[in-house]
Amino acid sequence: MTDKHQHDHKHDDHAPLVVEDDAGNLEAQQITAALQALLVRRGLISAGEINLEVQKIESPGTHLGAKIIARAWADDSYRQRLLVNGKDGASELGIMVGEAQLEVVENTPEIHNLVVCTLCSCYPRSILGQPPSWYISKAYRARAVREPAAILEEFGLILPEGKKIRLHDSNADLRYLVLPERPAGTETLSEEQLASLVTRDSMIGVAVVAQPQSA
Amino acid sequence: MTKPDRIPARFQIGDRVQVLDLKLDGHIRTPSYIRGKTGTVIQFCGFFLNPEDLSVGKTAGPVYPLYRVSFAMNDLWSGYERPEDDELCIEVYDHWLDAPEA
Repeated sequence: MTDKHQHDHKHDDHAPLVVEDDAGNLEAQQITAALQALLVRRGLISAGEINLEVQKIESPGTHLGAKIIARAWADDSYRQRLLVNGKDGASELGIMVGEAQLEVVENTPEIHNLVVCTLCSCYPRSILGQPPSWYISKAYRARAVREPAAILEEFGLILPEGKKIRLHDSNADLRYLVLPERPAGTETLSEEQLASLVTRDSMIGVAVVAQPQSA
Repeated sequence: MTKPDRIPARFQIGDRVQVLDLKLDGHIRTPSYIRGKTGTVIQFCGFFLNPEDLSVGKTAGPVYPLYRVSFAMNDLWSGYERPEDDELCIEVYDHWLDAPEA
């Protein structure tokens, strides 16, 4: 800093907003790394075990949720069982839901469902993977329950007049999966092709599943 | 006297319930925007350990009834943005609920 720098403000009014080391690691990452190094050095846990756990957390992805949705579209009796008990429904497809209960909420021509966790970032991670950063943001969490239509519009979704919004605050023990409406023009598609249409955002409820372009 | 290991469920689907404004600190899962509001029980979710206990290491119970309660968005927010009959569904533990004030 040179002497020419105009000091019309003070630099010590508050602690630095973001603490980073030279490698760009944030404060929490530095603490985690230090704790991990200590645990490994004491022989309480091995680096390999930590990597396995990280892999376990990171391996589920939206393809699992999409597989469930595609089956529900293709098989009506499956759809009905899934709506009664989401966890059992997933399990029928060999998908193990790690959360206590899975509640599948169905979009219809009359109702659009939208999921938010206002208190933190509760999310059906075992079938959708890690939540997107906007889902965890305070802005989404605060605004989704207050002005859902404005949020949907920012995601590019304008609901037809008269369509009701049903919000789900995922605040406690259940986790929620939106069953989107099956788009028109998909009658001849296989289950795999149907699954490829299903997006993460449509299973949270900030989007609908678009009609395939070639159909 | 020992505490029961299961708190009895006081409400049924269809019951009107009011969310209490318990002055509790700690890991509470009842957000402020529903406190004092009246809604309808739409589902009984089962019995769960209370997060207020779990967060301080009390894992022995008791378990509490958990319900899904539906609120009209118009009851939650004055000047709500849409004319449609929108609703919000949220999970509430039994001890945060009571019959609505007359």
